[in-house]
Amino acid sequence: MSRLLFKKEGRAKFISHLDLMRTMQRVFIRAGVKIKHTEGFNPHPYMNFAMPLPVGTESVCELMDFETDAPIDLAALPAALNAVCPEGIEALEAFDSDNKFKYIKWLDIEARLFYYNKVHRPEELMSFYGAESIIMEKRTKRSVSQVDIKPLFTGLTVEAAGDGELLLKARLAVGEPALSPAQLISALSQISPELAPDYAAFKRREVIDKDMNPFR
Amino acid sequence: MEQKLERILSRVQKPARYTGGEYNEIVKDKSAVDLRVAFCFPDTYEIGMSNLGLQILYGAINREPEMWCERCFAPWGDMEEELRREKIPLYALESGDPIGDFDVIAFSLGYEMAYTSVLNMLELAGVPYRASERKELTPVVFAGGTSCVNPEPMADFLDFCVLGEGEEADIEALRLVERAKKEGWDKPRFLREVSKIPGVYVPSLYTPEYGEDGTLRALTPRDGAPERVTKRIIEDLDSAFYPDRAIVPSTEIVHDRVVLELFRGCVRGCRFCQAGFAYRPVRRHGTEFLLEKAKSLLESSGYEEITLSSLSTSDFKGLGELTDGLLDWCEPRRISLSLPSLRADNFSMDLMERVQKVRKSGLTFAPEAGSQRLRDVINKNVTEEELLNSCRVAFEGGWNTLKLYFMLGLPTETDEDVIAIAKLANKVLYTWRQYASNKARGVKITVSTSMFVPKPHTPFQWEAQVGTEEYLRRVRLLRDNITSKSITYNWHSPEVSLIEAALSRGDRRVGKALENVHAAGGRLDSWSDYFDFERWLRAFSDAGLEPGFYASRERGEDEVFPWDVIDLGVRKSYLLRERHEAYAGRVTPDCRVKCMGCGANCLLEGRKCDE
Ligand code: SF4
Repeated sequence: MSRLLFKKEGRAKFISHLDLMRTMQRVFIRAGVKIKHTEGFNPHPYMNFAMPLPVGTESVCELMDFETDAPIDLAALPAALNAVCPEGIEALEAFDSDNKFKYIKWLDIEARLFYYNKVHRPEELMSFYGAESIIMEKRTKRSVSQVDIKPLFTGLTVEAAGDGELLLKARLAVGEPALSPAQLISALSQISPELAPDYAAFKRREVIDKDMNPFR
Repeated sequence: MEQKLERILSRVQKPARYTGGEYNEIVKDKSAVDLRVAFCFPDTYEIGMSNLGLQILYGAINREPEMWCERCFAPWGDMEEELRREKIPLYALESGDPIGDFDVIAFSLGYEMAYTSVLNMLELAGVPYRASERKELTPVVFAGGTSCVNPEPMADFLDFCVLGEGEEADIEALRLVERAKKEGWDKPRFLREVSKIPGVYVPSLYTPEYGEDGTLRALTPRDGAPERVTKRIIEDLDSAFYPDRAIVPSTEIVHDRVVLELFRGCVRGCRFCQAGFAYRPVRRHGTEFLLEKAKSLLESSGYEEITLSSLSTSDFKGLGELTDGLLDWCEPRRISLSLPSLRADNFSMDLMERVQKVRKSGLTFAPEAGSQRLRDVINKNVTEEELLNSCRVAFEGGWNTLKLYFMLGLPTETDEDVIAIAKLANKVLYTWRQYASNKARGVKITVSTSMFVPKPHTPFQWEAQVGTEEYLRRVRLLRDNITSKSITYNWHSPEVSLIEAALSRGDRRVGKALENVHAAGGRLDSWSDYFDFERWLRAFSDAGLEPGFYASRERGEDEVFPWDVIDLGVRKSYLLRERHEAYAGRVTPDCRVKCMGCGANCLLEGRKCDE
């Protein structure tokens, strides 16, 4: 199986997952790379994305699997794709891999937190997230349950990043149970609303395996 | 991107339509260009980006090194609300710069129901929507597109209109703006000068006078503006600009595929069809040209589908040769070809087999009227036999879904004609029973009707539209006559059609009604989400007007029309003759059988129609 590592940043972060699939199909066609199609009545190109990226979140570590009709030079692929990519999407590396996506265990993220009318010191957030346990309410259609999100992240740091802006970095659990960047930040509005930012922008930095190494 | 904008984009539906950055968009260095143009489409991104005219003119303007043309679309309601709340002025997608700061704001006006969005977009841009309140030279606001064939309802808002095809005329007008800027002209001087460009109509240089009965008496030019403005055409299509590359949206649009224009104009003369008269004479692209363009558009876009565009695909001479050439190239690349606008009279299985190998759903025919008598009146030259034959071919070929389009309220229509629609649908069903290759799957026949809208520059421009009540009575009559469960009947609401009729044949006073609709929050009126009939009725009455005066009044044959100032090539006397032929139930042969001398050939200098 061939695997592509790519970025999705800037204006491209507003492309939805479904639209990204269509976009990547077209990028490959423009680059003259024929993706193998599924068999059957309505054949579609075989492309498999590691983890759908929410609209509005940037990433420098997206992974996509694909198979081609004929063997291609994977080393030359990123440059060929980048010549025909829309703004904000950039292929970084293409390689063969049998490592299944289900072995992704952690996700390194950063969140830029914007406060419009107040100032917060990094330490205030550090001490919030440093608590023994952080119990959040999880609502489903039927029930409300309590979850401790503390075991679901590690290595959290916060630093000042300009006027009214904090930069938070953390490693979040992937799989069952998982913690999304948005959930991590909404712990603030649930438990300590005064610390909640007016706007948060997320970026995925790296996908990590169970041994805490970058997943490829 | 500004953080304020970024934040609202994370809240709205389908934000990718507001970001730009698509593949093949054109970005220039703004400090190195002399003229900034915002090409505005007064409808959503998904509709506007599907418009071939936009893709052509975008490329044509950007081919000029000193001009940068960017795109701007109407925001959906949620985005509009956010823009207003955050006080972010409407911006162009490429640069993100406010279009209010541009030199030119150009609108593509394809249909009347988009008019209110023009006002709204100007307001969102912070630009006064009344032309008279824009005292400075720039931004110059102009429009082109099909509904400009009667520019009068929009006269108060536009500095000028370009009539007909814009590839050359738009550039000439833009060059004049450039010169006016350089030489420091004031706006009145610019307007006088731009009115000298053939095909340009400057509404403020024409003064309307109305008679006691409310009809227009005269529309008088001044300051050297021409008596009549003749539309522009491209005589040799292959020599004009046609893009090799299309912007590829990063989000799904309505026509998410390569669109290849075969020809302009139509050899048929369906008497209800505005496009059929407005785009005359027929001019075509060469087959070689089309094959070349198709390849470069497909290769540079990555699209896996291509569709052929024209008013009547089956009338393209050499369609077989073209589709063969396209399929030879497309098939090995898994690219599919679709053929819309096929006529029911020469539907060929062979062709359909080749183009739609996989999907056998969705075949549409538009007989427009149920009886032969009424089809003769409207000059829709398709016989029942031909239609049923095409249906037979389709059913034998495995199709089992068929849509049939009709209009209710056509001139001279009787209850018998209405019932004939039900009878025709039954015959189609019977044809399926006789010939279907696979009956086990059943059949679905859908009959749709809409209320006929008489349009300017057609033989029916004198006609009264039927009232909404009368339309609904005919709908009930038809519904009661459709008895089979295999036939579904859908009818469009008559309310939009009534307003459309009032706008399309409106005069300058209708602009006040548009302002009123806008002031009451109206925009995106082609969307049922936003169209509000009561609001339109109030807007008309607050303007001292009656939609019925424009929609449902039969005009006298000597009446002066607001659109008489626009010369599309086809003579008014020809349209009138066609009207009389319609009432006599006589058909007119198409241009290929016999030239009936409509006048459109006078627009050509070096060739004949349909060459
Ligand atoms: S001049 Fe004759 S051939 Fe040309 S469009 Fe008119 S009727 Fe048709």
